[in-house]
Amino acid sequence: MTLSTAKQTLISVQGVSKRFGRKRVLTGVDLNVEQGSVTTLLGANGAGKSTLMRIISGLAKPDRGDVVLGGVSLRKAGHELRRYIGLVTHAPLLYDNLSATENLAFYARLYDMEDAAPRIDAVLQAVDLWSRRKDPVRTFSRGMVQRLAIGRAILHDPPVLLLDEPDTGLDPASAELLADLIRTLGAANRAVLLTTHNLERARTWADSVSLLADGTIAFCEPAASFSEQSLRRLVIRVDRDAQDYATEDDMAPDLVGEQVAG
Amino acid sequence: MATTMATPLSGPIQALPPVQMRAGGGLASFLRKVWAVAAKDLRAELRGREVFSSMTVFSVLAVLIFGMAFDLRVPEAKMVAPGVLWVSILFAGVLGLNRSFGAEMDRGTLPALLLAPMDRSAIYFGKVIANFVFTFGTALVILVATFFVYDVDLLQPLIFAGVLLGTLGYVAVGTIFAALSASARARESLLPILLLPVMVPVFMAGVALTAVVLDGGGLADVTNWLGILIGFDLIFLIVAYLLFDMILEEV
Amino acid sequence: MSTSASARPNRWTPMDIAQLVLGVLAVGAAVATMWAALVYARPATNLAGDEQLAQRIFYVHMGTIMGALAGFIVSFASSIVYLITRKLDWDRLCQAAVEVGLIFGMGTVVTGMFWAKPTWNTYWTWDPRLTTATITVLVYVAYLLFRNGIDNRQTRARFGSIYAILAFSSVPLTFFSARWFRSIHPVVFGNENPDAQGGFDIGSTMGTTLGIAMIGFIIIFSALLVLRFRQLRNEDELNELREELA
Ligand SMILES: Nc1ncnc2c1ncn2[C@@H]1O[C@H](COP(=O)(O)OP(=O)(O)OP(=O)(O)O)[C@@H](O)[C@H]1O
Ligand SMILES: [Mg+2]
Repeated sequence: MTLSTAKQTLISVQGVSKRFGRKRVLTGVDLNVEQGSVTTLLGANGAGKSTLMRIISGLAKPDRGDVVLGGVSLRKAGHELRRYIGLVTHAPLLYDNLSATENLAFYARLYDMEDAAPRIDAVLQAVDLWSRRKDPVRTFSRGMVQRLAIGRAILHDPPVLLLDEPDTGLDPASAELLADLIRTLGAANRAVLLTTHNLERARTWADSVSLLADGTIAFCEPAASFSEQSLRRLVIRVDRDAQDYATEDDMAPDLVGEQVAG
Repeated sequence: MATTMATPLSGPIQALPPVQMRAGGGLASFLRKVWAVAAKDLRAELRGREVFSSMTVFSVLAVLIFGMAFDLRVPEAKMVAPGVLWVSILFAGVLGLNRSFGAEMDRGTLPALLLAPMDRSAIYFGKVIANFVFTFGTALVILVATFFVYDVDLLQPLIFAGVLLGTLGYVAVGTIFAALSASARARESLLPILLLPVMVPVFMAGVALTAVVLDGGGLADVTNWLGILIGFDLIFLIVAYLLFDMILEEV
Repeated sequence: MSTSASARPNRWTPMDIAQLVLGVLAVGAAVATMWAALVYARPATNLAGDEQLAQRIFYVHMGTIMGALAGFIVSFASSIVYLITRKLDWDRLCQAAVEVGLIFGMGTVVTGMFWAKPTWNTYWTWDPRLTTATITVLVYVAYLLFRNGIDNRQTRARFGSIYAILAFSSVPLTFFSARWFRSIHPVVFGNENPDAQGGFDIGSTMGTTLGIAMIGFIIIFSALLVLRFRQLRNEDELNELREELA
């Protein structure tokens, strides 16, 4: 009840493992995101970033380990905890036949929002879809759909935001809009976990950068000290662990980028 | 829990109006969400017109084709009208039920419903309502078509009651089977195979009830059939409510 | 490969013993049932000709009903246990029970039809029990088809169990509606149905024979259930090993 000035850890992933059949995708992931901070999650295609996002949001269950959101364990929590999560996935989670406004109005009702109309209007303006708000989503372009998906995730003002590649399909102007939004969310004490394949954005949009490789968090460092060099060092180490063929010298920088950014 | 999560937040995102949550939850909140899911499906149908139109067109075709098939050998159309009515309802209903979760699956929107802070049975009941509207609407069209093509007096209160209860039981089972088959291979052909044998009690009770009423029977003559239909509705609504959470626990 | 098996090749597990004992018992039960039905049971007092001959199929008919009933009850119960415990063995038991039950269920329908031809002069009638048996067979055929359509092993078990529970719930309703719908099947026990045609009296040897047949078929059912259950377990193990190697 008392307002504490100390930063609380809003997202706490504790030893999460997940496998599909015999394939081990996550093998003991530990990750913390404090309120008011933005963390990027890097990782090659198939590293398990989306799987981790699904587990944090409660869409998938971990085989082992737990996720604690704002001090509440996901294993023990009821459905009320889902109210505090906003998620952007690879799929936009929007209904093609409904207009942008109708989509948001539907979600507002699912999240028990009262008097949602002004909030919906403001979100539509924030993601720059005000002029298209009455058109059915099926007539939207790829980037417009993505913007509405972001709007959907922040509609109910969740303290925990999970953005899985929110920048896909966005033009530079929209990406700048998204960057602003993420900065505002951080400033407003939300905890943001996002994935991206763009190293520049990974560094500039976030406070810290983590790399998911071989099923665990291979490193996690402040965005300020993060550089492509540190990533390169790491990718090579991970690669050596896995296959023992790469040396620092025959690893061209752009190849490193490909390894991580896919 | 709500307070521990809410206090660290220093206020709304800049420039966006604050979110106001409805106070209290419980049953009222649950029912609001059930209705939100149902209204979403009905509105999407109103915009897209993908399901209901094909259901009604199919059902009218079925009534006509059965009429042609029986015209040669059946002395009186009245004799087969109850069967035609119920067979058409069952077959047309499958079309709508297949889309119920199939559309969510194809467009990848199911996770959005699962993310919502509500008991997942709200999804089930919302879908049951929407499917009921589609199927009962189709059944009314079939009633009218059969009335004209077979020249039998189907438009009677007891028959309406039977169709209402039968359709409810049908969508109660059909909605949960649609959720089950949505992620299976060849779901479109799988659903009728799962559904029709389980629907035999509804089919027999419906046909018998319709036949008895057409032969001039009153309420007293059809109480056992109404009993079967009500029992079926209750059993499957309750069992489905108990099991539905497990279907969606991981998709 | 299976190092545990080669390490102690001659060790008998309780399952092995159960399988052997049930197998031997099942052979004995099959012989005893045939002997009782064809030799021991005296002819029915009120029948003649084909009907007299056909009534002997009744013992096998009742036996298969026991097997089918046992199969579907076991599948219902193990589905519930699976959903609570999430141990795949219960799902395997459910599938085994459905498959074995289906064989007996089809046997019920076929023997019923052969009995119906001389007695009612038709192979097929909409007798409530025959109808219910046939619909139930279709319900469980659908169960097997449905399982086939789901790739993920856990999902297959979960969805299969949910379907098995729902499917089982409809069987009593099917029976009651079919019974009210039309009933010309003879009621053998008691005399509830005066319209029934083709009934026959059960003498003392008939009662004994019926008992032998029903118990015999339950034993045969159990033996087949254990065999099929172990087969399914091996199949899953094999698939896992194959996946590991791939
Ligand atoms: N439902 C599933 N069944 C089987 N395997 C799965 C499933 N979901 C994910 N996987 C596997 O898990 C691994 C991680 O997938 P995931 O989608 O989490 O990767 P990602 O890091 O998000 O990749 P990308 O950068 O391409 O988005 C992949 O190898 C994928 O094949
Ligand atoms: Mg991904």
